[in-house]
Amino acid sequence: MRRAGVWLALIAAAAMTAPLLAPYAPDALDLAHRRAAPSFAHWFGTDDLGRDVFSRALFGGRVSIAIGLLSATVAAGLGVAVGAAAGYLGGWTDTLLMRGTDAVLSVPRLLLLMVAAATLQPSVPALVIIVGAVGWMETARVTRAAVRSLLASEFVVAARAAGAGHLRILSRHLLANASGAIRVAAVLAVGRGILVESALSFFGVGVQPPSASWGSMLYQAQSAMTTEPWLALFPGACIVVTVGALTAVSDAADE
Amino acid sequence: MGLAARRTAEAVPLLLLVSGIAFALLQFVPGGPIEVYLSNPGVRPEDLERLRRALGLDRPLWEQYVSWLVAFVRGDWGFSFSDGRPVFDRIAERLPASIELLGASLALALAAGIPAGIVAAVTHRSMLDRSISAVAAAGVSIPTFWLGLMLQLTFAIGFGWLPSSGRAADSEGLARLQYLAMPATVLAFAHAAAWSRYLRASLIGVLRAPFVAAARARGVGPRARLTRHVLPNALAPVASVVLLDAALLVPGAVVTESVFAWPGVGSLFIEALGRRDYTVLMAMLMVSSVAVVSFNLLADVLHAWLDPRVAS
Repeated sequence: MRRAGVWLALIAAAAMTAPLLAPYAPDALDLAHRRAAPSFAHWFGTDDLGRDVFSRALFGGRVSIAIGLLSATVAAGLGVAVGAAAGYLGGWTDTLLMRGTDAVLSVPRLLLLMVAAATLQPSVPALVIIVGAVGWMETARVTRAAVRSLLASEFVVAARAAGAGHLRILSRHLLANASGAIRVAAVLAVGRGILVESALSFFGVGVQPPSASWGSMLYQAQSAMTTEPWLALFPGACIVVTVGALTAVSDAADE
Repeated sequence: MGLAARRTAEAVPLLLLVSGIAFALLQFVPGGPIEVYLSNPGVRPEDLERLRRALGLDRPLWEQYVSWLVAFVRGDWGFSFSDGRPVFDRIAERLPASIELLGASLALALAAGIPAGIVAAVTHRSMLDRSISAVAAAGVSIPTFWLGLMLQLTFAIGFGWLPSSGRAADSEGLARLQYLAMPATVLAFAHAAAWSRYLRASLIGVLRAPFVAAARARGVGPRARLTRHVLPNALAPVASVVLLDAALLVPGAVVTESVFAWPGVGSLFIEALGRRDYTVLMAMLMVSSVAVVSFNLLADVLHAWLDPRVAS
């Protein structure tokens, strides 16, 4: 947990201070040093235009992490709204919302997203919204379960007896006590958002040039696998470390 | 079976919703469904108008949707934009390769994930448990396509032990397995990891249950405790997760097949995505939704059969 937290802090700091850390501009061409293997001058090597892969990975990380964080915010917002409504109102609202959630969960979302991204050709903000829009179901389930189990607790009954309104009970008592579980789901959603974005970009329908993300760097790397393997190695390793740290943190918080 | 009928009835509106979304998405294509002809200088405006009428694109949207849906249900899936052949045939000819890959991956994921989960739980907090859990955590964090690229880099480009991509449908035995090995491993890995994590958590919970301590107090040995008391209780919830999750092998196969140029329906989907072959994409979206929804249905029914409390 602690180690994963340190990794996350390092990754976040690196993404935030990318302009200071990057030894080169991310799109600076250096035609004299094209396709250079990793060295002290270019830690992650250079690509076919002589761009420094380390600098590109730093800036690409900002895009990947931002999409992960913001799409998880969208997903958590939707999920908490649906889950709280279902859990608090109960009855047929609950049945309808949760059957709907199950239904949406059973749609192959990656494929739907790929077709949506290919037809809509979204900008980065639009990508955040569509990735978030298909990631709310897990949070909704967790929130609903927590709200339902807390609804019968004595402090909720007491608050109601003391004259607290629905919104106050929901926000101050139910969601406040469910926040641990909701946070775990949200952390997982960040990792999932990063993975989904990388898959979309890897197939050429996500982040488009001149912007770059870790996934779109891998898209470019695929054609040069035999000659410049470092192009595929490093951006992918960045994804694994980031998502792995997020998984470890949520696992630890869960236990 | 009441449950199966109810679930089937619930699946219908869901599939209608997916078809509606798929149809709506097509309307957002710049230039609409006849986009390919717009950039062709040999096609005159009056030809476009005739084409629009011939294809029924001048009719109201809902009429187009209904006739598309009716045709789809009848098995008339239109013609591929990229080579003009019936979409149904293009998908059908790719199915055997996908079924081979899915079957191998499912078997591999079960063979690796279930024992790994049991060993990790029984040796809870040991070095062995930590290493299994670390591999499993990596399995759920690695992008499938990147794992594929790294395996290709190591075993095909580096050592030269395995072919980097493709399928040997006509050869027998070893050659065929050599082509299958990497894609099946990649597709299985994330699922094996997820299932072992779930099983481990479920087992650890059951191992702490009072009835296990009671069995121990009665002098039941560790092996009998595990096989007769713990596993039956821990496996039931895992079985339904496995079934629900196995449905996700279908979209997972799209990514894996494309990385390894495995000539299945998944590769067809990515090819169609690259060529903006919308008739194929729409049909694939519908077929995979039907596949996933039926898998879920099967999971629900089997779960109810394994654990009768669910049905009520």
